Amino acid sequence: MPKPLEVTLPSDREVRVVRSFNAARELVWDAHTKPELMQKWCLGPPGWSMPVCEMDVRVGGAYRWRWKSDEDGAEFGFYGTFSEVKAPSKLAHDQYYDPGDMDYAMPVGDPCLVTLELSEQAGVTTLVCTMKFATEKARDEAVSTGMTDGMEIGYARIDEMFNPKAA
Amino acid sequence: MQKLTASTRLDATFAALADPTRRAILARLASGEASVAELAEPFDMSQPAISKHLKVLERAGLISIGQDAQRRPRKLEPQKLEEAVHWIERYREIWEQNYQRLDALLDELKAKPAAAKRKRKK
Repeated sequence: MPKPLEVTLPSDREVRVVRSFNAARELVWDAHTKPELMQKWCLGPPGWSMPVCEMDVRVGGAYRWRWKSDEDGAEFGFYGTFSEVKAPSKLAHDQYYDPGDMDYAMPVGDPCLVTLELSEQAGVTTLVCTMKFATEKARDEAVSTGMTDGMEIGYARIDEMFNPKAA
Repeated sequence: MQKLTASTRLDATFAALADPTRRAILARLASGEASVAELAEPFDMSQPAISKHLKVLERAGLISIGQDAQRRPRKLEPQKLEEAVHWIERYREIWEQNYQRLDALLDELKAKPAAAKRKRKK
């Protein structure tokens, strides 16, 4: 069984998500770089879809992702440019937040640098996704909206909080 | 610029939780209320420095000031923390759902390639 989602804060400006998958990394890579695949899984909460998923996966290529709520039609998205493309092991891109009609107070303007690294051992692929924010404040704001990949983060924080020796 | 929605209120909560000293203060308050002087002691910090952290926690609604007018003890507001945990849990679930869908998709892809490459099934 794959390990559960693990989230850490490697530095003031970073959030790191680690998850493993029972599949070759080429497949995990495809699932993150082919729009028709990404639109099948990267949907968010029930009742949301990903109507826009455009990706020109090469260095300097642009991408645009948008999610939509079936219930009220609200949309938000991310967009940016790929800065590193090394299939099937490493993908890096900057990420701008497009608030659409959501009222989340996520920082708009400063991009976040997202690095996806995939390694494979005995048929299990480990995904390490690191998000580096422009400032500590931007990270904390993004984390607090819960709309980035760093969802388990607060758990670690709260665990820490009630276990001060580990903090 | 910001509407006062549940999510923006939580921004203040998480910004308050982002600092290790403030988390340690909350951990201390989880075991009972304490005055500013009592809080300053174990952290080896000046009272003004501690007061600054306490203000951030107060503004976020994570702590409040207790009854005793003399000591003005700080106490934990567990409800606010619960709200934050609830929020996180919801989004952790969402991402776990994303990744579980990805697990399923990967299983599908694993089953496919050999058949798809050699023969095209109708």
